[in-house]
Amino acid sequence: MKALAAAFVLAGLSLPIFAQSQTPPSDDEVERALERYREMISDPMSNPGFLAVDRGEQLWMERRGARNASLETCDLGRGPGVVQGAYAQLPRYFADADRVMDLEARLLWCMEHIQGLDLRPILQRRFSRPGIYSDLESLTFYVAHQSSGERFAMPLSHPKEIEANVLGEQLYYRRSAPFDFSCQTCHSQEGQRIRLQRLPHFDTPRDAQATMGSWPTFRVSQTAPRTMQHRIWDCMWQMRLPDVGYGSEVTIALISYLTHKARGGEIQVPSIKR
Amino acid sequence: MKPVLLATLVAATLVATPLAGQQRPTITPERLEQAVQSSWPGISPELRRRIEQDDTMRICSMTRNNPTQAQANDIMTRERGSIRLPANGQLMGDWRRGEQGALSGYGLRMGDNDPRRVNGGNCYACHALNPAEISFGTLGPPLTGYGKARGTSAEIQREVYEKIYNIQAWIACSNMPRFGANGILTPEQIADYVALLLHPESPVNR
Repeated sequence: MKALAAAFVLAGLSLPIFAQSQTPPSDDEVERALERYREMISDPMSNPGFLAVDRGEQLWMERRGARNASLETCDLGRGPGVVQGAYAQLPRYFADADRVMDLEARLLWCMEHIQGLDLRPILQRRFSRPGIYSDLESLTFYVAHQSSGERFAMPLSHPKEIEANVLGEQLYYRRSAPFDFSCQTCHSQEGQRIRLQRLPHFDTPRDAQATMGSWPTFRVSQTAPRTMQHRIWDCMWQMRLPDVGYGSEVTIALISYLTHKARGGEIQVPSIKR
Repeated sequence: MKPVLLATLVAATLVATPLAGQQRPTITPERLEQAVQSSWPGISPELRRRIEQDDTMRICSMTRNNPTQAQANDIMTRERGSIRLPANGQLMGDWRRGEQGALSGYGLRMGDNDPRRVNGGNCYACHALNPAEISFGTLGPPLTGYGKARGTSAEIQREVYEKIYNIQAWIACSNMPRFGANGILTPEQIADYVALLLHPESPVNR
């Protein structure tokens, strides 16, 4: 992990290769340099995200909570205990909870109702920090990885699935907070950047598929495994919003909207990103 | 609900991506706001104001930043009323401080609680300015050389000051934050950014 962080710092330092030149680099030059950098960090053999997959697998099978149960009977939408391909068909409506859930909300539901776990400490460390694992993160990595190589096929037939999707679209364009930002502010044009970071354009299927198909991911800049719930929280943090509820209706509606934009796209996770 | 708003909402729903073979339900503004309120449980009243919209945000969201001319005029008139000038009347401050602020994305994020640090304007997130700074975003127009063509007249100082203080007094539903009106930057800080853009010695214009 330390070696990886060091490699990142080195890559970061060597990035302003244009600094000596008097004229600013063209957009093409910047984009090519960035592409080389992205290739450098996307070697799957050195992706620490797979440690989270392994930890998640152990957690999935471990008997825990007041009911001393494992998660092996948890129904992720394809039947109790079926993990293979489940992530490719989420978010979806669950009759037992009577609401639409993404993978992370569903894991939380199973931890509460099947294992009888106290959710408070689990939610307190929903996002890992140095030295502090997140069970939700590890489990998400494990389950999502079992859909690697499959294509997004989120169901959109139950009225609540359709409602969540339309709600997500409205939320995507909803401006708020001190900066007046919505998702659209940064993601409505193709090929745009914040600083040097390229922004996915979700109305371009290729962009939506590449983005959604590569989460969860190991984020080098945070030296941590990160899930889509974290990505949404992080966007909202940058938008100067308060901390959005983990698995809340807003997050799931947005994830439904974005996942539908990526339909047909291949899942390759965990990936590794900046 | 005003008829114009309702019509816009219905139009926006109709042009959206169709779901194959399905009737798309209408999400009422009340339903949307209820979902928002329920997704930030237990936050302070001060933070709750951040998830709620003012009239300008509401119109821009509903029209997806394409307000009618009448809506745009309403917005620009209302937003113009928010503009306050620095106490000393100087609209052009210190471009060096402006450059520091333009590089900083600090401020108003959860956890940004250091009383010794000031909020940044984070201009480089979206704009090219000083040509020596290659880490710039592209969401806004490039501003390199901005002052060269425009000079430093009182009129241009006032225009640039107003645009940073509240861009929506000039361009309704612009993507740019209303830095002064929303309390991100103080009037004195905004004057520093005006200098960054207009002062002949600013790296933006050299």
